[in-house]
Amino acid sequence: MAINTNRPTSPHLQVYRLPLTGIISITHRMTGVMLSAGLVLFVYVISALAGGGESYDTMQTVMNQWLFKLVVWGFIYALFFHLCHGIRHLIWDTGNSFELETLNRYAMIELAASLVLTLMTFIWGHYGL
Amino acid sequence: MDYRTPLSRAKGLGSAKSGTGHWWMQRITAAALVPLTFWLIKFLGLSMTAPYQQTLDWLVSPVNTICIIAWIIAAFYHAALGLQVVIEDYIAAEGPKIISIWAVNLAFLFLALTALLAVFRVVSIG
Repeated sequence: MAINTNRPTSPHLQVYRLPLTGIISITHRMTGVMLSAGLVLFVYVISALAGGGESYDTMQTVMNQWLFKLVVWGFIYALFFHLCHGIRHLIWDTGNSFELETLNRYAMIELAASLVLTLMTFIWGHYGL
Repeated sequence: MDYRTPLSRAKGLGSAKSGTGHWWMQRITAAALVPLTFWLIKFLGLSMTAPYQQTLDWLVSPVNTICIIAWIIAAFYHAALGLQVVIEDYIAAEGPKIISIWAVNLAFLFLALTALLAVFRVVSIG
């Protein structure tokens, strides 16, 4: 059977410029996957604490290397972003706020809120940067 | 005309069988994680900088022990549920899809148990 290759196709991801809501949607998924991977670090931290003072100090030395600090701050920002957009999903689940204007406004609020929360964590100063 | 049996109509689950359990648990764990996230930020901050005894004393207070256990259960469950959806979206072949989902579920169960064991060890020290 001959295949008609001339059929219309949906815009391919590589040539289609995602709207802000689309970018945020895929970022929610990507941060979710990265945060899941980051849970391994949490298991490391709590296990080090369970192992006693010496293993705890070793863990702090490791976690305070700049590379790991970068990972921790990435984790914190991803966590706040995922939290903000997650709350948005919970609002959507009630059947509200699907209007185009609201979608774009909330998208900006989410981005701002996740940045502010990360900044507040930084100012709080318990991460020793 | 309705071809369904009275039993299947009473169960009301349709062809997917399992109903909305997965979706519902994703939302319950999400709602639980909203306040617990701020608790986690506090715990991680202490672990990064505070002396051993301070973090230990903080964590063995009953409220914080309950919070960390609740966070571990909610977060690891939420992660496994979320990764399952990602796998279902991007892996088309049935075999690899099921194996990947099992692997993810077992991995996160193992990680959660490891974390919970660590919490019990911390409590027994403090």
